[in-house]
Amino acid sequence: MHMPLEDTIGLNLLAANQHQAEHNREQFDAWHLLCLNLMSSPGAGKTSLLERSLAQLANEFSMAVLEGDMTTQLDAERLEAVGIPVIPITTGRACHLDASMVRGGMKLLAARLDPAELDLLWVENVGNLVCPAEFEVGEHRKVALLSVTEGEDKPLKYPVMFREADCVLITKIDLLPYLSIDLDRLENHIRQVNPICTILRVSANTGAGFDAWHGWLHQQRNAQAPGFAPRAPHSLREPAVL
Amino acid sequence: MHEIDMTRALLASLQEWKLSHAPRDPQVNTVHLEVGAFTCVEPDQLVFTWDAAISNSWLQGARLAIDPVPLMGRCVRCQNPYEPKPNQGYRSPCCSHPMEEIISGRELRIRSVDYTFA
Ligand SMILES: Nc1nc2c(ncn2[C@@H]2O[C@H](COP(=O)(O)OP(=O)(O)OP(=O)(O)O)[C@@H](O)[C@H]2O)c(=O)[nH]1
Ligand SMILES: [Mg+2]
Ligand SMILES: [Zn+2]
Repeated sequence: MHMPLEDTIGLNLLAANQHQAEHNREQFDAWHLLCLNLMSSPGAGKTSLLERSLAQLANEFSMAVLEGDMTTQLDAERLEAVGIPVIPITTGRACHLDASMVRGGMKLLAARLDPAELDLLWVENVGNLVCPAEFEVGEHRKVALLSVTEGEDKPLKYPVMFREADCVLITKIDLLPYLSIDLDRLENHIRQVNPICTILRVSANTGAGFDAWHGWLHQQRNAQAPGFAPRAPHSLREPAVL
Repeated sequence: MHEIDMTRALLASLQEWKLSHAPRDPQVNTVHLEVGAFTCVEPDQLVFTWDAAISNSWLQGARLAIDPVPLMGRCVRCQNPYEPKPNQGYRSPCCSHPMEEIISGRELRIRSVDYTFA
């Protein structure tokens, strides 16, 4: 017998990933660690930011890094040099990390240390301004980086990433003397798609802005409590009905 | 490239539905999606990768029907709904207010599945 049926699902297309992401976050909460997802276009300065922050924060926090990279382990090697445990996650053709890749990375990390002893878990996502915005990995906070060489219009051209970010770092500000970019205009463009995020200006080369950036991190860490999740102004995090 | 990942994510979610909810061996005719304009997904690209992805799978022959959903905001100052435009900085035309509240356009939703079963 063939009986046509229609099931109303109302299920998020990314539900399977979202479920895994929530699983990861529950696990992170059980370990009392704060997970941060760093996202940007290729070369905006994620690894350089981490190099400086890891070195400066090493006395304050116990930390580890999950390093997403499409093909190489070059970034992981740079960060290992700072003396913080790093797990490289090679994503192959996928241009973002997803929640199950991060779960896999956590398994490898847990074989090296007890995650419950960590305060901060950094996830450096694959350089890409488009997809990582849609794929949660279980992070508590999303940090988007935008370098001053990329142009004032990027928040309007890639709005979803900036909409979802809890904190936007404007990077490489040591280059400003050589550029004609208007930073207020750039910040304004970010505010137009995300009026509530924190915006900070930093340079990994000179260390400018890092006090404020680390202050923000401490704030997030202190505010962490069960249910602490990205404070996106609007998102697809509706509970999936299965 | 990211439509391939989106298709994979979609297949994984449909697999979850199949395992947890559908009667055994559903023969899927159509999958109805709602895709918002304020997402990273291009509907045409998604249909293209879908057709390639489902051949030789349990979804073989199933059609992907996509309902595009426009981006709509609501001006938080005067409560007017409006269609945010990139070239106007997504601001409300009434008060020139930033895009704070989004009413629609973030959907990436499997609305329903048409199927038969033996
Ligand atoms: N002048 C200047 N250059 C910087 C700064 N931060 C990073 N760079 C340079 O920008 C380039 C890219 O930096 P990375 O830290 O590798 O960027 P990334 O975002 O990790 O790159 P991917 O992981 O490949 O996406 C390198 O040549 C860095 O030296 C900065 O604050 N100032
Ligand atoms: Mg890097
Ligand atoms: Zn108004």
